[in-house]
Amino acid sequence: MPDGANDMNANVPVLDVRNLKKHFPVRKGLLRKVAGHVYAVDGVSFSIARGQTLGLVGESGCGKSTVARAVIRLIEPTSGEVRILGRDILSLSKDELRESRRQAQIIFQDPFSSLNPRMSAGEIVGEPLLVHGIGNKKEREERVAALFDRVGLRASQMGSLPHQFSGGQRQRIGIARALALDPQLIIGDEPVSALDVSIQAQVINLLMDLQAEKNLSYLFIAHDLAVVEHISHRVAVMYLGRVVEHAETRALFSSPQHPYTEALLSAVPVPNPRLKRQKRLVQGDVPSPINPPPGCHFHTRCPYATEQCKVEVPPLVEVAPDHWAACHLRKPLVAVV
Amino acid sequence: MSPPPSESAASTIGGHSESGPAANVSFDAELARAGANVNSRWGMALFLAKRYPLGGVGLAIVTLFILVAVFAPLITGHDPLATNPSISLAKPAAAHLMGTDFMGRDLFSRVIYGARTSLAVAFGATLLGVVFGVLIGLASGYLGGWVDLTTQRVIDMLQALPTLILAMAMAAALGPSLTNTIIAIAIPKLPSIARVIRASTLSLREMPFVEAARAMGMSEMRIALRHILPNTLAPLIVLATAGLGSAILVEASLSFLGLGVPEPHPSWGRMLSESAAEYVRTAPWLVIFPGLAITFAVFGTNLLGDALRDILDPRQRTSN
Ligand SMILES: Nc1ncnc2c1ncn2[C@@H]1O[C@H](COP(=O)(O)OP(=O)(O)OP(=O)(O)O)[C@@H](O)[C@H]1O
Ligand code: SF4
Ligand SMILES: [Mg+2]
Repeated sequence: MPDGANDMNANVPVLDVRNLKKHFPVRKGLLRKVAGHVYAVDGVSFSIARGQTLGLVGESGCGKSTVARAVIRLIEPTSGEVRILGRDILSLSKDELRESRRQAQIIFQDPFSSLNPRMSAGEIVGEPLLVHGIGNKKEREERVAALFDRVGLRASQMGSLPHQFSGGQRQRIGIARALALDPQLIIGDEPVSALDVSIQAQVINLLMDLQAEKNLSYLFIAHDLAVVEHISHRVAVMYLGRVVEHAETRALFSSPQHPYTEALLSAVPVPNPRLKRQKRLVQGDVPSPINPPPGCHFHTRCPYATEQCKVEVPPLVEVAPDHWAACHLRKPLVAVV
Repeated sequence: MSPPPSESAASTIGGHSESGPAANVSFDAELARAGANVNSRWGMALFLAKRYPLGGVGLAIVTLFILVAVFAPLITGHDPLATNPSISLAKPAAAHLMGTDFMGRDLFSRVIYGARTSLAVAFGATLLGVVFGVLIGLASGYLGGWVDLTTQRVIDMLQALPTLILAMAMAAALGPSLTNTIIAIAIPKLPSIARVIRASTLSLREMPFVEAARAMGMSEMRIALRHILPNTLAPLIVLATAGLGSAILVEASLSFLGLGVPEPHPSWGRMLSESAAEYVRTAPWLVIFPGLAITFAVFGTNLLGDALRDILDPRQRTSN
């Protein structure tokens, strides 16, 4: 339940990211001189409203996890602005940051390495409460039992160790841990990518139920579009550290504006074989983010690439109402200054 | 912590299987091999002893030595320090099971009490090495930066010297005493322990469960103690037990060279050096029994160390 204070700024986005950059230095040689940078995230902007899900999609290595970690300052962004519930996260001191962490939690991809193998499931889920000094031992235990129940685990399993659970169950433990502090925002860094397809659906449904119940906002990361279609209100497609297309989910799926999105969509398996979309997978490999291609990052693989694409970076512009794309082929709705 | 009930373990593994019924055939055997059907502490001990018989032997020997060291006064009626020139160099007999040395001291009781010295030094040095090695390794791996760089260089320097040489230099510098011997043997242990702890800290630091702890607002200190340290225990135990044997051996060597534990503590190494040159022909028991004691103690701790390594840290296993 959002409390009164939060109701007042109902229009403030839960997460607002402006021009986020993270460049990792690449060090070489004995003296560990900086020889270059990995442009893991290179100017990403988006915002997520209360109760909404933004699906963030892109191939492996395009910088999705880096975005996830940078927005909650698990790594320090190189530059940019991140606001959670209107609060500038990047300017917080260490102590303020620790306190503010209650508002945003993260769920990881790997259901095995995301839980400490030496702690019982109950300890894992209760740990955030312990860290923030919430309740006494008995109250915490009750809260953990309630969380177990909520994510579809039996409270009797609280004493079991992580390895005694299946992958899907472990992901539920991770979700319960993320819920413990009653956050407004949950970042899922490919939370279902490691699961069997049938279990993926269960976990996505659980996340959607929780969202409806608690009015949560999600940044939901996946490497393929099919996974985010069901859960996302909006979708942003990333390529080599940049957002190349961003739109409301239905618009993005029905009329993709960027050649990369088009290619990703043609790779989505279609259930009805008679409606098989024209097969056109993305050719070639993702170029290295250490020396990304100049101009449009996608030009090395784009079937429509022109000379202009090789030199000029296409800006992300509104090409249809509330539909943004970064491609020279698309003309902006309103001329950009 | 209770071992998994067999049912849930079976269903967990079954839940993961994607390869259909064919893969299920050997499941029960595999589970039994992995110890999934063990559901009590004693059951676990029995299971491990069956699976690692040599480790069981090692454990028995080490336990025996510990018992001997603890209950030394109950095992022998003789005072290991009492001299009696009239029975100097007596052969092993009922009165003196292992004979007597040149001063007429009862060798059996000296070997028994020698276990005390030997184990005190081995465990003391291991404990000291582990405590400081862990602190150094954790700080080095977790803090990184110049702390890491400096400690790494010091560790490199220490590790360039052979254990015995380093221990000898330390012992010579510190002067002979029980405490100094422990310190001298602990110092060469630091580099390897600090290394292992640093390496696992470095990899654990990036684990998602550590990131999750950070994301929930846990302090770095608490993360290091709650999430990093417990997960380095397996390699640590392996390293510590594996080092017991070498500690016993180094103590014997130092004492043999007169750099180790001084009188009046009976030490196997010194017993050897006192008698080796002069009496090895005339009274061989003076060399044989302390030598056997050293051999068995080292053998037992090494067997135990190998088994623990296989159980706790299978990745370190060398192919055989
Ligand atoms: N700590 C780091 N130091 C240097 N480079 C890094 C670091 N972390 C990530 N990178 C690089 O940044 C790029 C983006 O990585 P990131 O993990 O964000 O990708 P991703 O989209 O999450 O990929 P995946 O689907 O594989 O998880 C990659 O090229 C990666 O090698
Ligand atoms: S800008 Fe050019 S290369 Fe880039 S996606 Fe558009 S057409 Fe392709
Ligand atoms: Mg990732």
